[in-house]
Amino acid sequence: MTATMGTPQDTGPLVRGEVPVAGGERAARPRRYRPLISYGRWWWALPAILMVLVIHYLATAGGALYAFTDWTGIGDFDLVGLDNFRRIFEDPTMIGALENTLFLAFGFLVLTNVVGLALALALNRTLKTRYLLRVLFFTPVVLSPLAVSYVWKFIFDFRGPLNTVIGWVGLEPRVWLADPDLALWCVLVVMAWQTTGMVMVIYLAGLATVSPEVEEAAALDGAGTWQRFRYVTVPSIRPSIAIASTLMLIQGLRVFDQVMALTGGGPAGATETLATQVYKETFALSNFGFGAALALLLTLIMLVFSVLQQAATRDRN
Amino acid sequence: MFRYTRATAVREGVVWCVALLTLLPFYFLVATALKPDDELLSTSTSAPPSHPTLSNFTEVLTAGGDNNILLALLNSVIITVGSIAGLVAFGSLAAYVLARTTARWGTITFYLFLIAILLPTQLGLVPLYIGARQVGLVGSLGGMIVLYVGSLMPLAVFLYAGFFRGLPRDYEEAAALDGASPGRVFVQVVLPLMAPATGTVAILTGLIVWNDFFSALIFLGGSDNQTLPVSMYYYVGSLVSAWNKVFAIVIISMVPILAFYLFAQKKFIQGFAGGIK
Repeated sequence: MTATMGTPQDTGPLVRGEVPVAGGERAARPRRYRPLISYGRWWWALPAILMVLVIHYLATAGGALYAFTDWTGIGDFDLVGLDNFRRIFEDPTMIGALENTLFLAFGFLVLTNVVGLALALALNRTLKTRYLLRVLFFTPVVLSPLAVSYVWKFIFDFRGPLNTVIGWVGLEPRVWLADPDLALWCVLVVMAWQTTGMVMVIYLAGLATVSPEVEEAAALDGAGTWQRFRYVTVPSIRPSIAIASTLMLIQGLRVFDQVMALTGGGPAGATETLATQVYKETFALSNFGFGAALALLLTLIMLVFSVLQQAATRDRN
Repeated sequence: MFRYTRATAVREGVVWCVALLTLLPFYFLVATALKPDDELLSTSTSAPPSHPTLSNFTEVLTAGGDNNILLALLNSVIITVGSIAGLVAFGSLAAYVLARTTARWGTITFYLFLIAILLPTQLGLVPLYIGARQVGLVGSLGGMIVLYVGSLMPLAVFLYAGFFRGLPRDYEEAAALDGASPGRVFVQVVLPLMAPATGTVAILTGLIVWNDFFSALIFLGGSDNQTLPVSMYYYVGSLVSAWNKVFAIVIISMVPILAFYLFAQKKFIQGFAGGIK
């Protein structure tokens, strides 16, 4: 018998079967080779596997099926092929929702990453109060997006603080959330305000891997601040860029809470997004088939963009 | 090179100004929630309250029926604690087996969980709602816990598996050689060691569950078991612009999570920095 201990690389740890039984006798039954040390039992994973199969895979497959039907939530339904998708692309409200979703997602991605990286660079080293500042900037992340949106709805109110402030510099007050040209930007600001702290923290973790020695060497060789950032810092934080941008893109594409709290999709559909339309069509209007088609569209957009994002940020060696 | 110079001091000052500006919404939140009704309309919305009062809080806390904020708070606590418990129990068990097994099914199953992280929940919610409606789970706390445990399970398994892979097997091996059964090894050896991973799982998933509005609105909206965000949504909708009342509710909804954050801020920030991938 081999008496080696199973190291993490070993595929089969200690093997029972060749062990001489005390007294020198071998048991008569043929032995199954079973690891002496088994780490847990396979059925321990069963509850988790079943839940994921039902709640993720089965439900998603079901949703994808409904997308090709005209079901209204009760009774029978017919397969209608691509009719739901045709209706989506013929409906100006849906096209608007699609455009708004893409605008918010990309605006959110850019804004949170630029500001988050700037904050991370500012708070990376040397500042005496950097730990306190990190805690402060991160605070909005833990709050409910709905609660945060109500605070901002007040700030954007016609009688609210924002109009007071722009009044000091002589600007006319505006109806921020009721102005179709401004409302979407307001939603974007609220989303970014709440999430920038999270991006900052991801970049701080990345910046911690940049060695001060390399930066110092680059500085001694005459590299300026920008060159050090471009050629020393950015290459080392590439994984953080990939993570932060993918996360923000996906979170931006599913925007729902902020819209519901700030504008409800108005004025005149100017801030409707795919997620708010999925909710309204499916659960308010009972157009289950059509809502599922919208959700499938949203899902496909998310999958395509996250795959593209991974490809764009990873393979640049 | 990284000495504290005058330029650094200026930078520190600038960052503090940005921080205070960023946190300004909290000032409006607190100032307005403390204003009595008459002050709300008579004074500037940015002015501090001249006669601070807590009456807004007592009013929204004592509202009954659908606007029962305390009941919503209780529901949120039950759902969040229940979901965390389920995720920690089933997630750690599954991840442990998957991280330790050398069999091929382990790798395949692990990918099953990984891909599920990418699947957005919106599409699955429609059939889940229909299924839940048929078996009478719409509007029930238990159904909601099952939904959250299932939908966040991939994240929990992913976090735990990463942790177990980095955990040396020596203790488990020693215990097993001393004759402990796999169950006993897990309970007496692994369970005490996995506390840091459990903290990350609890914080990340707990925060998602506590703040979730989309699925809670769909499954619990209009029922007796509304969570805090759903209850807040309906209550605020009925208050129009009584901002002092609205903000009393908002503050009540924020206090538990803020207290928790201040208590464990290091763990929160670490969890978000390293946990989400």
